[in-house]
Amino acid sequence: MTRALWSHLVKDLRIEWRSLDAIISMLFFSGLVVVLFSIAFDPRGAFSQQIAGGVLCVATMFASVSALNQAWAREIRHQVMDAQRMVPSPGAELLLAKVIVNFFFVTIVQIALAPFFVVFYNLRIVGQAWLLLLVLPLGTWALVSNGVFFAALSMSSRNRELLLSLILFPIFIPALLAMVQATTSIFTGDSDPTLWIKMLFGYDIIFTTVSLLLFDVVFHAE
Amino acid sequence: MIEDSSEPVGNSPCARVDQVSKLFGSFAALRQVSVDLEPGRCYVLIGENGAGKSTLLRILAGLLRPTHGKVTVFSQYEPLEARARIGYMSHAPMLYDELTGVENLRYFASLYPGRPCLDPAEALRQVGLDPDLNRTLGQYSQGMRQRTSLARVLLPMPELLLLDEPFSNMDVESVRQMVKLLSGFRHGNRTIVLTTHQRELAAPIADYVLALRAGRVASFEPGSPTL
Repeated sequence: MTRALWSHLVKDLRIEWRSLDAIISMLFFSGLVVVLFSIAFDPRGAFSQQIAGGVLCVATMFASVSALNQAWAREIRHQVMDAQRMVPSPGAELLLAKVIVNFFFVTIVQIALAPFFVVFYNLRIVGQAWLLLLVLPLGTWALVSNGVFFAALSMSSRNRELLLSLILFPIFIPALLAMVQATTSIFTGDSDPTLWIKMLFGYDIIFTTVSLLLFDVVFHAE
Repeated sequence: MIEDSSEPVGNSPCARVDQVSKLFGSFAALRQVSVDLEPGRCYVLIGENGAGKSTLLRILAGLLRPTHGKVTVFSQYEPLEARARIGYMSHAPMLYDELTGVENLRYFASLYPGRPCLDPAEALRQVGLDPDLNRTLGQYSQGMRQRTSLARVLLPMPELLLLDEPFSNMDVESVRQMVKLLSGFRHGNRTIVLTTHQRELAAPIADYVLALRAGRVASFEPGSPTL
């Protein structure tokens, strides 16, 4: 890890620690989605296990977007982005730090959400529960790495919050599908989630690499 | 030497702006401006709002690309390639509101790998601020933010210093201190380009005064620096 990457990480964590903006908004939003879905579907028994994976992924996705929309807000304010463009350290390190920090925030939210999820959906995991430790981080990374990159891409747009959702959701569909299928397989124990996990892994490698390679173009765009 | 629509002159300039025009859509912010910036000089850009001062500064910083013409700095580089050697200060503080002054400076100093930087606390002292001030930048006055912003620019000891309205929101005593600081900077054979609406404030360090009007050079006069 380079000194610049470490500095970006410490800076973003320190700022979030002082404001708690991203984590609190994500917690409320995802909690609301979990509660509303449980009221709407009255999940019990096998049905609960079938829809829980989808609900978990959708709650994570919507909650993350609220944070991702703000991922570059502090760089836009007071033209901090211009100062970032003037420093010689690679822009890709700034992107990577933002991805890592937002991944960390979303993971905290998922951990906080887990007990509510078990209670509201009366959940009993039939498959190999430990595989969730692979599926959730891989799916979250896919969402966050794309989200931070596209948030940077839409930074100069007046409708950036709408634009982010419009770009991000279609591109995230393959990863969302893999995440939902893998999670449902684990909850129900009906099928083997290995293929979906491999797909998520491949998706993460491809999209993270492309984002890092293309970021300098986005970063230095007028 | 700064000229309009003519060949730049001078040997080994710190920066050369050659026949540069900048269009935003159909609006021409700069029209065929040629500029040679000699090392160790202070250039003061004046002009009305929209005259092209900030655009010229942003092109020199590499934050904007000219639509026509060419900019080279330190004899051979495009500004973006040599950005570690250029300091740019804007109207906005370009710092994080949620961090203290010294935290901001420590952070930015760490983004210059392999380049010696001033100690952040020392940089703050140079601009007349207390490095132990335990307040986030959001709680600073406008003048204090402006000075912290200058400290950020001074951190990597740049050879070309670009300052956009550095005296705005500052009281007379702070301006006097800043002018004195910039004077020392210029004597270190570093080049300063600053824009201002208050020409008299920069007069003590102005080697040249360039007036822009509607994107063209309206006048160019040698200054009479006293510092």
